[in-house]
Amino acid sequence: MDLVASDLTVARGGVPVLEGVGFTLSPGRALVLRGPNGSGKTTLLRTVAGLQPPVAGEIIGAGERIAYAAHADGLKAMLSVVENLSFWAAVFGTQGIDDALSAFNLEELAGRAAGTLSAGQKRRLGLARLMVTGRPVWVLDEPTVSLDAASVALFAEAVRAHLGQGGAALMATHIDLGLAEAEILDVTGFRAKPRARAEDEAFL
Amino acid sequence: MRALLLRDLVLAVRAGGGFGLGLAFFLIVTVLVPFGVGPETGLLTRIAPGILWIGALLACLLSLDRILALDWEDGSLDLLATAPLPLEAIVSVKALAHWITTGLPLVLAAPVLGVLLSLPGPGYLWVFVSLALGTPALSVIGTFGAALTVGLKRGGLLMSLLVLPLYVPTLIFGAEVARRGTEGLSVQSPLLMLAGISFGVIAALPFASAAVLRVNLR
Repeated sequence: MDLVASDLTVARGGVPVLEGVGFTLSPGRALVLRGPNGSGKTTLLRTVAGLQPPVAGEIIGAGERIAYAAHADGLKAMLSVVENLSFWAAVFGTQGIDDALSAFNLEELAGRAAGTLSAGQKRRLGLARLMVTGRPVWVLDEPTVSLDAASVALFAEAVRAHLGQGGAALMATHIDLGLAEAEILDVTGFRAKPRARAEDEAFL
Repeated sequence: MRALLLRDLVLAVRAGGGFGLGLAFFLIVTVLVPFGVGPETGLLTRIAPGILWIGALLACLLSLDRILALDWEDGSLDLLATAPLPLEAIVSVKALAHWITTGLPLVLAAPVLGVLLSLPGPGYLWVFVSLALGTPALSVIGTFGAALTVGLKRGGLLMSLLVLPLYVPTLIFGAEVARRGTEGLSVQSPLLMLAGISFGVIAALPFASAAVLRVNLR
């Protein structure tokens, strides 16, 4: 099933940042969003993930198929690596976290409290969470922040494996992951024209 | 849902989780009152049910901003919102976890602390019953307040201002049950009102909390 976004307008804080965005993401494909800081990539991803409604346009095939990973990893500092992952596996109703642990080279850290991990290790744990969700469409916001070259390679490998299983990935990133399946979508061209605010966000 | 409840309970009892904070606060308030109003037994006996209720209410308030703010800060609230669980279930489970870690210990401790306020014999039962019936409402209303102010920096004080007026009906009827019970009068009507408030908010407020949470997560 394709993820289709058509004529999408997304707003941040009541101000439209992107308009007329449209793309189709088929299983096995990856779409990389490009654009300068503040161009609306995060807002677009949050909209696709269902955290905020689009101002206009529609998204088909999202909802319960999306696994979202943002800047914050959603880790609990006082829980161990295994406990963090097991919790998300239980929430998403999936079994087994071993694949995710090995894919991101976290086995040695399994018993460590997440609060004692380095920034890169936390990120790896946050990305490993995607694998235990069992969801087909990964929506990733700057997934490679604070990862070293070796970890970026691990991540690219995990994405490739996910695409190979018929999954799809929509990500905003500034670095080249070397994914042959990836298409690039530059959001700069969709920047919304400034307009007068039609309604008061406070009462929406 | 069970995983979320277990996680919240584990987090509460691990270091920095704040378990027992409300209980310690409750203990201190109840110990301080006799110092403040003097050791006269007759006066203490008369105000004991009300003091226990106000102490429990404030102790409950103390830990409310932890219900959702911590999850919001580390991003897990966004991730939970995209999980298969409906937000209504998430806020209900969070309220339940708050009640188990804060409300339940208060209910169990109140009769013990009643001794310090020379609560008369029948009072122990009715303070216990009224708190057991009323504290779930405090947790659920508090979760609504936490959902309203999630994402605001230093939202704790604003939340207290929003939540305390909403606590008034629960306090009135809860304290009334405890007072009438202590004096040996019939408690039926305030007890029914208290039960009505509790079950009403448990049934309705999770929907309101989930709705404001959706707006706040945008």
